[in-house]
Amino acid sequence: MIGEREITVTAQESARRKRIERIIHGIFLMLGLITVGCVLLITIYLVISGIPAMRTIGLKEFLFGQKWASTAAEPKYGILPFILTSIYGTAGAIVLGVPIGFFAAVYIAKIAKGRIRWLLQSAVGMLAGVPSVVYGLVGMMVLVPGIRKLFKVPDGASLLASIIVLAVMILPSIIKVSVTALEAVPQEYEEASLAMGATPIETYFRVSVPAAKSGIAAAVVLGVGRAIGEAMAVMMVAGNAPNMPSLFESVRFLTTAVASEMSYSSGLQRQALFSIALVLYFFIMLINAALNFFLKRGNVKQS
Amino acid sequence: MNVEDKQKSDTIISTKDLNVWYDDFQALIDVSMEIPEKSITALIGPSGCGKSTFLRTLNRMNDLIDCAKTTGSVFYRGQDIFDPSMEVSELRRHIGMVFQKPNPFPMSVYDNVAYGPRTHGTKSRAKLDDIVERSLRGAAIWDEVRDKLRQNALGLSGGQQQRLCIARALAVQPDVLLMDEPTSALDPISTTKIEELILQLKENYTIIIVTHNMQQALRISDGTAFFLLGDLIEYGSTDIIFSTPSDKRTEDYITGRFG
Repeated sequence: MIGEREITVTAQESARRKRIERIIHGIFLMLGLITVGCVLLITIYLVISGIPAMRTIGLKEFLFGQKWASTAAEPKYGILPFILTSIYGTAGAIVLGVPIGFFAAVYIAKIAKGRIRWLLQSAVGMLAGVPSVVYGLVGMMVLVPGIRKLFKVPDGASLLASIIVLAVMILPSIIKVSVTALEAVPQEYEEASLAMGATPIETYFRVSVPAAKSGIAAAVVLGVGRAIGEAMAVMMVAGNAPNMPSLFESVRFLTTAVASEMSYSSGLQRQALFSIALVLYFFIMLINAALNFFLKRGNVKQS
Repeated sequence: MNVEDKQKSDTIISTKDLNVWYDDFQALIDVSMEIPEKSITALIGPSGCGKSTFLRTLNRMNDLIDCAKTTGSVFYRGQDIFDPSMEVSELRRHIGMVFQKPNPFPMSVYDNVAYGPRTHGTKSRAKLDDIVERSLRGAAIWDEVRDKLRQNALGLSGGQQQRLCIARALAVQPDVLLMDEPTSALDPISTTKIEELILQLKENYTIIIVTHNMQQALRISDGTAFFLLGDLIEYGSTDIIFSTPSDKRTEDYITGRFG
């Protein structure tokens, strides 16, 4: 009987199996490296093509110059208006979107039951699926004329319109990630709080939200990333004049600055657009680092 | 079904024809029981017998289970806890709870204990300091954590966490403490400490404890109630239940013939 159960794989067969394992391993590694390669390629390309214009124009002149006139007889390449517009626009979207998204997330994760919960979750899912050009379109048709009438300004295409569109666009990321974080809070924490006579609402805000805070912070950072990188929707509602940012003025973002001139640019102007992209890329990297920081902190705490 | 005559006079919680269903499953069947003040009452029985359901009904924690339905009545100091005018959070302030798995909040030791009083509106730093120290002393853990008040409670050992949870429950000055197998996740030494603590707490609190550990029930409780399949089979003084039970099923259970 023992003889029948002997392991009878020949050395040849064993070597063949190991070879196949190695090949498959190699294929996976290669596919993984494609992603890394893309990131590297983009970074290198952006740095190489973004640096020359900064050199020619002068870094200080480029980053802090307040005037952008790329097609003038005496061109000016100051991108401070774009940087500030991107920062203000993103900040505005966060100020507007985070409270709405946060409370919606608490409601969905903790309070809503049955049908209402289902309805809200599907709505958030659908909001995430709306293409940005549609956000832009609706903003252009509804928001821009609305702002013009409501605030009696000559043109509604403005920083305010962009902020509102961006605020709505970042809602799904903020809500989804926050809901996931809130749902991951162990029920025992909430039970302990309720058993001490805290009301459900007290429990959600004093126990569940603090326990989920790194996840919620990650949600906000994700929203920031989404807002600062958005081009299409804001291009349709911002008006795109390279003004220093002001709520009711036509403004141009870092993203839209690149997108709106790229098709007809040449020479230094084109190089300057690459430099703008590099600046934008730098911002995104910062945000990514922040995101990783929050996610990591969340993991450490749970382990 | 009363314990000793001495205790008969001061019943703190009584239930009458208490039934609990989870959808179609009946977890408690016509349970009527009177629990005396400042004593330790142990609820024993095999898994799924309804003892935890009974415990969680007493401070209406069972309300959290969506499919649970309750009939009959529970009186806490003469007040019907299911009365529509009953403020559930107020009830739970009086009837605190300690859970099977130690569940400190992911906050500092201090903030854990101060959570209850803060939630109920105590803001004064001095008052909170006082409550925190008193509660931690009450739960016999002060000496171990007095230098760690600012550290995260999740860094404590399991036994310390459980005593911290007891301290946290004491901080809102409850009248009754419900304990749902508070030592089942702990090592023997921590278990002994908690048992000693429970005996001390009897001076000032009424304790109702669910336990799977027969020896534990025998060691610490004054009264024991034996549940089986949702029925309260036998309830009486612990000495009598463990020496001369009147029901065959009780005897079978405590002698380890089933469960």
